[in-house]
Amino acid sequence: MLQQNVAPTAAEVSNRGLKRRLRLGERFIEGWIFLAGLLAIVVLLGIIFILLKEGLPIFTHTPPWEFLFGTKWYPVSDPPTFGIAPFFVSTLMITLISTVVAVPIGVACAAYLSEVAPPKVNDIVKPIIEILAGIPSVMMGFIGLALLSPFVQSLFHLNTGLCGLTAAIMLSLMSLPIIVSVSEDAMHAVPREFKEASYALGATKWETIWHVCIPSALSGIAAAVMLGVGRAIGETMTVLMVAGGALAVPASPTDPMTTMTSAIASGIGNAVRGGLQYQALFAVGLILFILTLAVNIIAERVLERQKRKFAR
Amino acid sequence: MNIKLNMPDISTRPADKCVTKLKAEGVNLYYGSFQALRNITLDIPSCSITAIIGPSGCGKSSLLRLFNRMNDLIHGARLEGNVELDGTPIYSPKIDVAELRKRVGMVFQKPNPFPMSVFENVAYGPKRHGIKSRGELEEIVEKSLRHAALWDEVKDKLGQSGLALSGGQQQRLCIARVLAVEPEVILMDEPCSALDPVATLKIEDLMRSLSEDYTIIIVTHNMQQAARVSDTAAFMMMEPDRAGVLVEYGPTAQLFTNPKDKRTEDYITGRFG
Repeated sequence: MLQQNVAPTAAEVSNRGLKRRLRLGERFIEGWIFLAGLLAIVVLLGIIFILLKEGLPIFTHTPPWEFLFGTKWYPVSDPPTFGIAPFFVSTLMITLISTVVAVPIGVACAAYLSEVAPPKVNDIVKPIIEILAGIPSVMMGFIGLALLSPFVQSLFHLNTGLCGLTAAIMLSLMSLPIIVSVSEDAMHAVPREFKEASYALGATKWETIWHVCIPSALSGIAAAVMLGVGRAIGETMTVLMVAGGALAVPASPTDPMTTMTSAIASGIGNAVRGGLQYQALFAVGLILFILTLAVNIIAERVLERQKRKFAR
Repeated sequence: MNIKLNMPDISTRPADKCVTKLKAEGVNLYYGSFQALRNITLDIPSCSITAIIGPSGCGKSSLLRLFNRMNDLIHGARLEGNVELDGTPIYSPKIDVAELRKRVGMVFQKPNPFPMSVFENVAYGPKRHGIKSRGELEEIVEKSLRHAALWDEVKDKLGQSGLALSGGQQQRLCIARVLAVEPEVILMDEPCSALDPVATLKIEDLMRSLSEDYTIIIVTHNMQQAARVSDTAAFMMMEPDRAGVLVEYGPTAQLFTNPKDKRTEDYITGRFG
């Protein structure tokens, strides 16, 4: 066979140039996206690295076991002791209570907005919830101090209304908007066909919500709950202002408390950089990090199982 | 007329069974400012299949959904006129809508089993109506699935997701789900439009056998289907800016072979629509 060399026409040449330029542009954008993705990983690794670097040395002073379960936090005594059990228990207690309070209210509110409320009510209530999400946590602290804590104090006949319960209620208010909006989205996304089928079988509105909407939206609701839990674990300022700040292991929700976040926030200013207290606070941060990571992994597992159940 | 008719012989049905089951009188339906149904008056006989035919958007589904008040779910829907089930006005404020929908079941255009197991799908209705015992539920599920001609195909996979079945099976599952609440009327909104011809034939056979015990109203796009399965037929039309007009209503044989209205004739001979 004869190979014929045909010179490319001018149009073909310019076309080729265009294609090459497009390919270059494509590469460029791909590169940027790759870098952006890489940045997230680098930042995460950086955080872990700093936490480990600054926090781990404390364990040469206090063994991890004593650090976790020790009940005495005396950073400036001689010798200092670093036991974070009071913070750990406080964080767990406050997070648990705020979740228990916020989830039923949030899911019920979401069900109301998605299935029951007429559009006019929706138009009013949804922006209000979003405003609630935008209130700075310091303001929530004020509200807790001025309004809620006297109420809690008189209700439970306490010496002070600044306690874990007050903080938990404030936190539940703060995690409510995210729980409502995420689970409302999830319920709204349940196919109309399912709801119609349920109504057509003679189910009432309540039965349809309970047996069709919520189960079908469960993965979204679980995600909403986890976001709420994450918010409650991580919230610092409100808790610092209203939880009471006691350093003992709380025995009841109405005891004054210091959570892990507020311990870091209130202590880090006084800590000598690189000193023992400084290291201990970073170690608290490390444990907080592990805790939120665990919450995320559990959430992931739950969602995965839920998905498999529906995909079967 | 070039449509082959294979009419069921309805003269063999016991005469006393054929009473007026559903009745619409001067019904106007509005979605906001849009009028979807115009002055509809018709009587649906019991224990028969009534087909509603007509071009897309003419209000067939709206008419169907009138009878189990599914239009209520649409925001801004408003109704004038009277609709009766066994002589009781179903739009009266005293009516329990859930109870009405239990008596008037519905099968949708797209098979819509719940994302639950086959068993739970069928048991959903009875559970909502207060049946708790597992044995009783098992009995109802088997009976309904048999009745819907699906039992032999799914008896070994009752625990599997209803969504894992084929389209035709899913639609029969939806029919079984309706049968499980023991309705008196079954409304079918283009039940075969998402199915292949074999599955369609199965559903049609099923409808014929169900019509012994149930009043069935079917909306269909497919005129052959209407001719094959229905005893009476209603032809609806939309005129320019005027949807929801009931043009002609009568025995299927008459409507297809000797339509009274010129527009019906034009439609069924394929001259428009």
